[in-house]
Amino acid sequence: MSESPTNRSGFLSRAVEHVGEFAYARVDHLGAGVRYMGGMAFLFWDTCVWSYRGWFDPRIKFGWSSLTAQMVRVGVKSVGIVCIVEIFIGVILALQLAPTLKTYGQLERVADVVAIAIVRELGPLLTAIVLSGFAGASIAAEVGAMVESEEIKALRAHALNPVRFLVVPRFIATTMMIVILCVVADYVGVFGGFLTSVYILDVPPQLYITLTQSALRTTDFVTGLVKAGVFGAVIALIACYEGFHVTGGPAGVGRATTSTVVKSIVALIGIDAVFTAVFYALGI
Amino acid sequence: MSEQDVAISVRDLRKSFARPDGTEIQVLKGVTVDVLRGETLIIMGGSGCGKSTFLNCLIGEYEISGGEILYQTKKMEAPRDIGKMDEANLNELRMSIGILFQSGALFNSMTVADNVALPLIEHSYVDQSIIDIVVTLKLQQVKMLAHRDKMPSHLSGGQKKRAGLARATALDPEILFYDEPSAGLDPVTSAAIDELMMDLSKKLHVTTVVVTHEMDSAFRIADRMVMLEQGRVLRIGTRQDFETIRDADPRDMTTQDDQLIHQFLNGASSGPLTDAEGMTEFEKLIRADG
Ligand SMILES: Nc1ncnc2c1ncn2[C@@H]1O[C@H](COP(=O)(O)OP(=O)(O)OP(=O)(O)O)[C@@H](O)[C@H]1O
Ligand SMILES: [Mg+2]
Repeated sequence: MSESPTNRSGFLSRAVEHVGEFAYARVDHLGAGVRYMGGMAFLFWDTCVWSYRGWFDPRIKFGWSSLTAQMVRVGVKSVGIVCIVEIFIGVILALQLAPTLKTYGQLERVADVVAIAIVRELGPLLTAIVLSGFAGASIAAEVGAMVESEEIKALRAHALNPVRFLVVPRFIATTMMIVILCVVADYVGVFGGFLTSVYILDVPPQLYITLTQSALRTTDFVTGLVKAGVFGAVIALIACYEGFHVTGGPAGVGRATTSTVVKSIVALIGIDAVFTAVFYALGI
Repeated sequence: MSEQDVAISVRDLRKSFARPDGTEIQVLKGVTVDVLRGETLIIMGGSGCGKSTFLNCLIGEYEISGGEILYQTKKMEAPRDIGKMDEANLNELRMSIGILFQSGALFNSMTVADNVALPLIEHSYVDQSIIDIVVTLKLQQVKMLAHRDKMPSHLSGGQKKRAGLARATALDPEILFYDEPSAGLDPVTSAAIDELMMDLSKKLHVTTVVVTHEMDSAFRIADRMVMLEQGRVLRIGTRQDFETIRDADPRDMTTQDDQLIHQFLNGASSGPLTDAEGMTEFEKLIRADG
């Protein structure tokens, strides 16, 4: 029958079609990715411009009250969760490291490792991850709900810029509060390690403190805080961007919050890797 | 009529949206309308014919795909095309127009009074005490003074609209847009809103553009009316023109357009809008959107 050749050519063309579709989908994804990055960059630029104008242009009022409200919402309310997470991380690190260090007969070195790990890495990163769930998701939901209820449209209709009104206070608040939270996280995390070492591993408290102090340099502290600041900025931008692009009612708001948390965490760890590589290369 | 009398001149306005699959859907297919200064113009038409899209184009919310929208406010020397304005010019224009959104669109994080005060605080450089007085006046005008310290979430739909109207008029706009002002309101509240709209337009000579489905309310407030059908202007005329068609016998009508308008104005279920399959044009549109 003449079926088989047509079938085969059908199969071939289908295969080609599939490959084509696959490639197309890749290109589409790439395009969407580029658009997303472009949109974020634009939002970042807008935020910088409006922050600058808020400070320096006398005709534009700086929204102090909304900034303080956002600082309370982002910072004060999440301090408890950050503390709980960090104290456990301190405990975990100390207990995980103890057996290995003991075989080298250097159990008291727990102090060094915990201090460096927390201050350089886990303090900023975990604070940021907590905030991406705590502040990022709620910012995205809030902004998304404002899109849905036409509030953003109403702002524009009253000649009020939504970036200036909504993004700037959230951006500044998140960036500032995450740095402060990170300082708290550093202390609490080290304290967790201290408690474990003193009460469970029997390291003398004075020795632990001395070792911690001699292990940490100012740069360790500063690089951690710089990273935290960048993390905070990224979380706020992703959350606002996702919120602004909500479509499709309450389900869309839900999608935006999920998407904010997922994208934030991926972005945070990616940026962290870049930072770490750069710091390593520069020897800081 | 002289150029002077026209507040907004819409010329061959086109607007299309990109669908997710890359194709385009043309919603406005060349709309030409003049809005005269001081008049109340009603925009009507079936669901999905592009009324909200038209309004969003007029207020600069959507980038238009073709044609032009020329504004002539008292501050402008010559008519200006909204499509060619930059953000600063657009914002200047927006300060002389007010919009009442369908839901009221109050800022949910602020009290009613703060909602009304916000445009004043941001755009007029007057003392707080004067702002308080203006807010009180505006809230009195819409009979919302008793609710000044409530949050929007604690208001009923009609109260939200009235508060939204107080905010829209805070800066004493020259032009007011309303998106379905009486949708979802009881007849009494809806009549009260009509009353307010007429007050504003007649006493303060505010140019008024209203999108509405409610024919009773439309005939109460209109000077002129525009009927849109599938993204095109089907008919522009005075209220009397439309009243004549509404009250005429469809069997005496010579054109299908007249019959169609008659059916729409009377809300009849049979007529040229309803085709042989028993589906209305609107239903078909809705199915096609589906
Ligand atoms: N953002 C958009 N993207 C794609 N299509 C849209 C968009 N907005 C509106 N449309 C389409 O344009 C058409 C007109 O919509 P519009 O909201 O202007 O109708 P309407 O006349 O206001 O209807 P209603 O009386 O139901 O409010 C509809 O078919 C709608 O699906
Ligand atoms: Mg509509």
